[in-house]
Amino acid sequence: MDDATQILPPWGRGTSEAGGVGSAAFSQRGEPPQSASPTAPPGREHLRPFDIAAVRAQFPILSREVNGRPLVYLDSAASSQKVQPCIDAMVHSMTHSYSNVHRGLHTLANETTESYEAARESVTRFINAPSSRQVVFTKGATEAINLVASSLGLTLQAGDEIVVSELEHHANIIPWHFLRERKGVVLRFIPVRDDGSIDLDAGLSMIGPKTRMVALNHMSNVTGAVLDPVPVIAAAKAVGALTLLDGCQAVVHLPVDVQALGCDFYVFSGHKLFGPTGIGALYGREEALAPLAPYQGGGEMIGSVAMDAISYADPPHRFEAGTPPILEAVGWGAALDWLMRQDREAIAAHEHALYTRAVTRLSGCNWLRILGDAPGKGAILSFEVKGAHAHDVAQLLDRYGVAVRAGTHCAEPLMRRFGVTSSARASFALYNTLEEADAFADALIKARSFFA
Amino acid sequence: MTCPIDIELDHLADEFELLGDWEERYRHIIDLGRGLAPMSDAERNDENRVRGCASQVWLVTERSADRLRFRGDSDAHIVRGLVAIVLRLLSDRAPADITTFDAKAGFARLGLEGALSTQRSNGLASMIERIRRDAAA
Repeated sequence: MDDATQILPPWGRGTSEAGGVGSAAFSQRGEPPQSASPTAPPGREHLRPFDIAAVRAQFPILSREVNGRPLVYLDSAASSQKVQPCIDAMVHSMTHSYSNVHRGLHTLANETTESYEAARESVTRFINAPSSRQVVFTKGATEAINLVASSLGLTLQAGDEIVVSELEHHANIIPWHFLRERKGVVLRFIPVRDDGSIDLDAGLSMIGPKTRMVALNHMSNVTGAVLDPVPVIAAAKAVGALTLLDGCQAVVHLPVDVQALGCDFYVFSGHKLFGPTGIGALYGREEALAPLAPYQGGGEMIGSVAMDAISYADPPHRFEAGTPPILEAVGWGAALDWLMRQDREAIAAHEHALYTRAVTRLSGCNWLRILGDAPGKGAILSFEVKGAHAHDVAQLLDRYGVAVRAGTHCAEPLMRRFGVTSSARASFALYNTLEEADAFADALIKARSFFA
Repeated sequence: MTCPIDIELDHLADEFELLGDWEERYRHIIDLGRGLAPMSDAERNDENRVRGCASQVWLVTERSADRLRFRGDSDAHIVRGLVAIVLRLLSDRAPADITTFDAKAGFARLGLEGALSTQRSNGLASMIERIRRDAAA
């Protein structure tokens, strides 16, 4: 909690800070990190220097064409492409070392269990959780939030309050709405500022004696705004409320240390982290996970079963009923191991350079409205083209080989906040290039000409 | 006697044949949409909204003794253009002609086969389904 750098993106840090000098300098010049000195800055010598060509080579799908043009994939905030080590690990598991986990006594069962639990260790290291016992595999972030809401909901009463914000993804709204419908819980929405960030000045005062849970997005999937969770977590703690951070976007772009954050729950998904679909994680503080009732019942999650009584396994297995997504866990673990060998500060600087390049190239376009310009925001560019529907824009960009998302981005309250029915979104990832940022901007200008 | 829908399809096919690359085709589609009389806000209601569309599509059906007339609108340019094409083909027709018309083949002839794929989620397929249902009713 005292380490504020944990929650600030590298480009938002002061240039005087050790280790942050390089990335800050890059972003000021708006140049790619690879153009700088080839040696990693002090403290990061063990990491691979950021090399965009080498990174792209690890994502085989990026070499394909769409509509006769090279694919420019700018939809990573919806789902990222898959890194080769992930693909290899899943294929290897399926072709050499696969069985069900935890229950067998034969060689393949043991090998598979080891791979599956090794993946849990990778997730644990990735977010610096104190122990892998605090990392529950789920089918995604959505299931992770539903798990917490459902189990916590059993203990809530009418009038209890849950605080979320106006910019939440539906996955962090609907499970709480269930509790409003079923238990009479009161939802309170922290407003969003014009720059697309959560208004903590207003928000902190919403956290009070009736608050049971504060569940907020760590980085908006629409505006890219990054939350400073420290004051929120402190305020929640002060009134005895739990905290949950939706880290789906943040965990891809920022170093996340759940111990430094001090939140009770942190959720994120595998498919946005260069891993497969169907896998995600719920981190829970030991004291927060321990009292939670099971979410689903089935194999693997029990202590013992009799006709008239059951006892449950300890976390994490208490929350992993049935055969888990084994291959997906193995693939995700490999993807995270790969990511942890990369220089993530350099990646963050690169992503920022991509965003800046696109915005700069579009800066003279008075028909363009960008949703969200909070300081230190992530490389997510949501926008509205005056006189055109977001679907028109996305369809035309697709003809130019550029993949963007269009719609409400599962954030209807936020769309209403900005007074739009939908928007288009270009989201940049580590494997995008400055040429692709240019190609996007040029294609957008051409697409706009259809409606001028 | 040739079905009036097929005659209109011939006209449309001639129009699209004159167009060159995809950019010209899309510009033409958007122009066709611009020619469509916009619906009033009152008519852009839930009842007239065609379900299953990512962008919004509205459809109003008017019956006379032997014909069905349709008016349609969308909040997206490309979809509105596609709606205009559908209306040129299917509005002010005898119900029997509507129900026997092969929309998929028709759109394929215009080089717009992708427009009717369910994945497009632009609601055109849902709109045609609703038109056929009204014609069969």
